[in-house]
Amino acid sequence: MTTQTSHIVVNTTINGEPTVFLANERDSLLEALRDRIGLTGAKEGCNNGNCGACCVNLDGRIVNSCLVMAAEVEGSEVRTVEGLADGDQLSPLQNAFLEEAALQCGICTPGFLVAAEALLEQNPDPSEHEIRYWLAGNLCRCTGYDKIIRAVQLAAGQGQD
Amino acid sequence: MVTAQSEVASQYNVIGTRPIRHDGVDKVTGAAQYGADLQLPGMLYGRVLRSPHAHARIVSIDTSKAAALEGVKSVITNADFPRASDDVIDTGEGSAQLNWLLDNVIASDKALYKGHAIAAVAAVDHHIAEDAIELIEVEYELLPPVLDVRDAMLDTAPKLHDGLKTGEMDGSKSDGDSNTASHLRFAKGDMEAGFADADVVIEREFVTSMAHQGYIEPHNGTAYWRADGTLDVWTSTQGSFVVRDSVAPLVQLSPSQVKVTPMEIGGGFGGKIPVYLEPLAAILSRNTGRPVQLTMNREEVLLATGPTSGTYMRVKMGAKRDGTLTAGEVYLAFEAGAYPGSPVGAGAMCALAPYDIPNQVIDGYDVVVNKPKTAAYRAPGAPQAEFATEAVINELAEQLQIDPLELRLQNAAVEGASRADGFTYGVIGNVECMQAAQDSSHWNSELAGPNQGRGVAQGFWFNIGFESSAYAQVNGDGTVPLVLGSTDIGGTRASIAMQLAETLGISAEEVRPHVVDTNSVGYTQVTGGSRTTFAGGWAAYECAMDIRRQMAERAAQIWEVDAAEVEYGDDAVIRGPADDEGNERSFGFKELAGQLAASGGHIVGRADVNKTSSGPAFATHIVDVEVDPDTGKVDVLRYTAVQDAGTAIHPAYVEGQMQGGAAQGIGMALNEEYYYDESGDLKNASLLDYRMPTALDLPMIEPIIVEVPNPGHPYGVRGVGEVPIIPPAPAIQAAIADAVGLRMNELPISPRAILEATLPEEG
Ligand code: FES
Ligand code: FES
Repeated sequence: MTTQTSHIVVNTTINGEPTVFLANERDSLLEALRDRIGLTGAKEGCNNGNCGACCVNLDGRIVNSCLVMAAEVEGSEVRTVEGLADGDQLSPLQNAFLEEAALQCGICTPGFLVAAEALLEQNPDPSEHEIRYWLAGNLCRCTGYDKIIRAVQLAAGQGQD
Repeated sequence: MVTAQSEVASQYNVIGTRPIRHDGVDKVTGAAQYGADLQLPGMLYGRVLRSPHAHARIVSIDTSKAAALEGVKSVITNADFPRASDDVIDTGEGSAQLNWLLDNVIASDKALYKGHAIAAVAAVDHHIAEDAIELIEVEYELLPPVLDVRDAMLDTAPKLHDGLKTGEMDGSKSDGDSNTASHLRFAKGDMEAGFADADVVIEREFVTSMAHQGYIEPHNGTAYWRADGTLDVWTSTQGSFVVRDSVAPLVQLSPSQVKVTPMEIGGGFGGKIPVYLEPLAAILSRNTGRPVQLTMNREEVLLATGPTSGTYMRVKMGAKRDGTLTAGEVYLAFEAGAYPGSPVGAGAMCALAPYDIPNQVIDGYDVVVNKPKTAAYRAPGAPQAEFATEAVINELAEQLQIDPLELRLQNAAVEGASRADGFTYGVIGNVECMQAAQDSSHWNSELAGPNQGRGVAQGFWFNIGFESSAYAQVNGDGTVPLVLGSTDIGGTRASIAMQLAETLGISAEEVRPHVVDTNSVGYTQVTGGSRTTFAGGWAAYECAMDIRRQMAERAAQIWEVDAAEVEYGDDAVIRGPADDEGNERSFGFKELAGQLAASGGHIVGRADVNKTSSGPAFATHIVDVEVDPDTGKVDVLRYTAVQDAGTAIHPAYVEGQMQGGAAQGIGMALNEEYYYDESGDLKNASLLDYRMPTALDLPMIEPIIVEVPNPGHPYGVRGVGEVPIIPPAPAIQAAIADAVGLRMNELPISPRAILEATLPEEG
């Protein structure tokens, strides 16, 4: 007995690099990033849109990559946590997460960083409530969020970018 | 943010500072490798078939169609495992009987909860593995499920296990089969006299739901069974040695044939101590000769791992009019899940632990039900037991019209007080936490509006010590790689490295901590029990003392003097006697490090500790809430967490533990529950419906670190991880009572529960 799956060639740009990959037609973007391309920074916490661990930036919008089909990103630009630093220069947000001890286990961190970066691009000076509202789709079970919120505030204060 | 050094920290150079954690960069760039990130050449992907029924006899399993699917390499059931003995192994925060452990990993004759593993497959691709499990045909004979602890304890209840008897503390067993696996009792004093002395007696019943640890990373396990009969396991675990010692007997290998490499771990909270997937991956790999990786999805995590016990509890307490507590009687019935082993024993020891009450009886029952086998969850057993006792303390304070913190101070356990289980306290910070709460700006502020209320509660947790190992070498440039066996869940590489640095007199950055596999470091117990910074730090301290001794000896050798004449100072300067011309002789750490290779070779320090002592931890939390009378929703407006850390090694990560623990406790108090229907189907097995707090649900959690150094540790460390999950539920329960006059004695206090209690019944 055989299963019916076919593969699709997908042309995309990932973290600034033109990237061509072969996706199983059943792959989500998260699966393609992790299993086909080897970018394992985006994490799977739930695979149904409820935790934000898989959050990536798709053409300027943050999406839960577990809810996007890999084939859909043909022609798109994808930015993942691996693309936040400039070589060995961490972004202000990454530095702020380290300085504020905004991670414990770190599994939620890639999703929070990608989501918070998008917030600061739109709103360079968010209030505490605006940060909490924006990040409500990203679950963290370790920190109680305090230090994450403070890290975003710190990065905002320093002018992200 | 207040980062001024504490009084305790001012004695130290490194301890009490906030260096960037050593593993931080990898964790903000996505480079850190968690278990599911591992990819090995030729690796197969596994999937588990799980029981759709809560209680059923497995009549037959037909795997032939699945095995015939192209791309499927192996299909296994319980029959593929060797028979397991009923030996009991130590798992750090508990123990496991091997045959039950195996049956929980993969069911033998019966499925005992919805989600119980029935069969597993390995295939070239995870999509194919998913298709394959659909093709496995299982015939079940349905049995009536037992879902509530009180029902399960009835003689008439269907029994989960043939031959399970109730064990008593004296070793005796019940005659007939029972779902109650054990009963324990701790007692002191004279209950009759205690209640006779009381002017006020309150007796209440409490019910709590099962709740999950909720780590964001699902379980994973990868195994490679080599042709030479050795097995490699990679997994996100709290205890690599526990995994080794669990997997080896289940697959009949010697521990020496099994190497476990701990990958980075995405949260555990106690739930990543038991093995679930690793033994399945091992047998699938043996059958295929290829590495096999298994990961769970979120539904599987909620159905088949964790959670902590649901409970039924009764508490009766008596007090004199002046507030003196005279007697406490506690009854705890804990759901163990499908196999014995709830944390009721720890709950029983914690129940009245913050107080010096002369007359006490605490009974605990460990009861099996058709729900997942419970696992340790942050201070296992204590949040439930102390919810019940703290709620009664708060109600007593109200009836006696005594301030709830005053009542606690009046009865607080202090050095020399003993618990009903016989333990007598040394130096503890119980009173200091209560006083710091009294002095806090929060406690001295006013509430701002209608339907708002304030509550306070105390918490106690033991913390444990046990085995940890460390070794470290001195490199020529003065840097020191430090090798550890403790998985780092929340910054323990940093907190252990800082204690090594402090002892050597070098900076935290000059120490490079590494977490390694079970063949590369001495036996190290789980990251759990709030033990890692305590015992791991102690090992680091002794390891550093070993290096100091060897460095002093080397200096003596270079100077050709007696080693006894050389001293390694706390400033990391190694001083010897003056030379013949009267010149002082000394080496800086780096200077001597640079001469080691040429003067006789490198230096390696090592230490193995096994500490039966620990540092009991206390916490006091204050919370303000607002109850929406129309929706029943409770908003947490303000939160303060006070805790005795002993010595806060890295205060930012101590605060992080306090804030994270409080957040989990708030979730347990207000939202999180296992919601089963009558057939034993879990109706909320997703993170949408199993509702953990989001950033929007919480205020800032203000941490107040109290430092009463633990005299039983070189740097005064107590554990910090667990106690902060205990006070939130009773503090919130009291705040709701203060706000709207309702004493809600069932957890969670969800909007539905509040509406049911407030709305008039519909006619
Ligand atoms: S894994 Fe995509 S939202 Fe959770
Ligand atoms: S740091 Fe562990 S889930 Fe956020």
